[in-house]
Amino acid sequence: MTPPNGQYAYYPGCSLKASAGAYERSAMAVIERLGLHFVEVDDWNCCGATEYFSLNKLPAYSLVARNLAIAAAQPTHELVAPCSACYLNLRKTDDHMRLEPKLKEQVNRALAAGGLHYEPGTLHVRHLLDVIIDDVGYEAIAARVTRPLAGLRVAPYYGCLIVRPFGDNDPEYPTHMDQLLEVLGATVVDFPMKSHCCGGHMTQISEETAFELLRQILDNAAAYQTDVIVTVCPMCQLNLDAYQGNVNRRFGTAFNLPILYFTQMMGLAFGLQPEALGIGSEIVPAQAALNKIGQVPAEAPRHTPKRRDKDALPMPSRQRR
Amino acid sequence: MPEGPNGRTFYQRVVNATPGGKSLAQCLQCGSCGGSCPSGPDMEHTPRQLFAMIMAGMEDEVLSSNTPWHCVSCYYCTVRCPQQIPITDLMYTLKQMAIARGKYRESGHVDFSSSFIGMVERFGRSFELGLATRYHLTHNPLKMVSKGSLGLQMMLKGRLSPLPESIRNMPQLTAILTEAKRIAAQQEV
Repeated sequence: MTPPNGQYAYYPGCSLKASAGAYERSAMAVIERLGLHFVEVDDWNCCGATEYFSLNKLPAYSLVARNLAIAAAQPTHELVAPCSACYLNLRKTDDHMRLEPKLKEQVNRALAAGGLHYEPGTLHVRHLLDVIIDDVGYEAIAARVTRPLAGLRVAPYYGCLIVRPFGDNDPEYPTHMDQLLEVLGATVVDFPMKSHCCGGHMTQISEETAFELLRQILDNAAAYQTDVIVTVCPMCQLNLDAYQGNVNRRFGTAFNLPILYFTQMMGLAFGLQPEALGIGSEIVPAQAALNKIGQVPAEAPRHTPKRRDKDALPMPSRQRR
Repeated sequence: MPEGPNGRTFYQRVVNATPGGKSLAQCLQCGSCGGSCPSGPDMEHTPRQLFAMIMAGMEDEVLSSNTPWHCVSCYYCTVRCPQQIPITDLMYTLKQMAIARGKYRESGHVDFSSSFIGMVERFGRSFELGLATRYHLTHNPLKMVSKGSLGLQMMLKGRLSPLPESIRNMPQLTAILTEAKRIAAQQEV
């Protein structure tokens, strides 16, 4: 439910300030259109991703709890995170502190060293997708659509952490983003791997594990003549987008699927310009898909020096298996 | 059964260190966890086997298994477990125990996590360029060439910051983490 003062505490997380800048840009443009008011949590710190919980439990919970303690001082109890991993860590810390009195006591002893305290249950931790769908609603979203995404075949990719273990939707086969994309006018493909794992940090540690998981997801989406995979998570976007070339090289495939954020799709349907939504920063270009919905590329700046055509260089050609 | 600090068995220590861990006693050995796991094929033991080994007190074998290190934290096993065992969180506990006892063999995972946490403890935020450089230089320098070209692409797209961003109140965060580590060190894992 929308908070009475219309305000949300906003926890961007590290990715949205770096590799997922397009997610933040498009999210901010969209929530402004929807009349939501986000106030960034002051001086927030990293949630530790999956890494800190692997190494040392109590510092990991305390790291996350510093954000909860700071956010709880804001005049709203709704805390929004657009990154699935941040959302999970914030929600898990709140939940586990509530379930385990000893953990709560120890985390608060650590927080006290920094003059802070957090009472579990104070905040309602939510993912951005859930806030937009549950608090704004499909009808109000439909009312904002000026350029429907008609003719675009999209695969809604939820990944793991917004539906498991805390989500209110089906943990295996969620459909709320499907409905959202339909409201935007897109053709939503039935996508069996919609909540499978992208491999998370395995792209850095074990390519063997990660690339096979990515291949399965891309293969499944491609089988449905998908134009765009739509995601809700910076890690999923990065893995599917930046490592798609590696997957193609390893498996001899030719996937060419742009990976966009659901907020970018909303912005396009609301009539916003692609550049205002950070479109263009994806590694697999989205232009071909955008052409299908009549989005012509912006004119290039006039004085950019021309780059030599790569094919004109005397380079050995890469042989595909 | 072999006993650890304070006369507690390995099983009791695993359960105590995991929020909601007590339900491990209810494991039916049904195998839903391993069957649901996306990285199951890479694991030496399925979660089900590992749980039987924990109950049998096979501490060394469990802590040196590669299984927890291949957990991608997708929570499929957790939501599918008919006994509501927090399997993903148990895997985190086993990783922490393996590190504390020096039993792990998957050094890449530990190096990566340590590099990541190093950035967070220094700046309060993650720093992707610094992390990639430090991790790949220390762990796998030959990979730097291929990773570097992706890094360059990311930078040209404005997706990789050349400088770390730090939070303002680092002394506060440092004080909190130092205290948390001090409390953690007094506990058995």
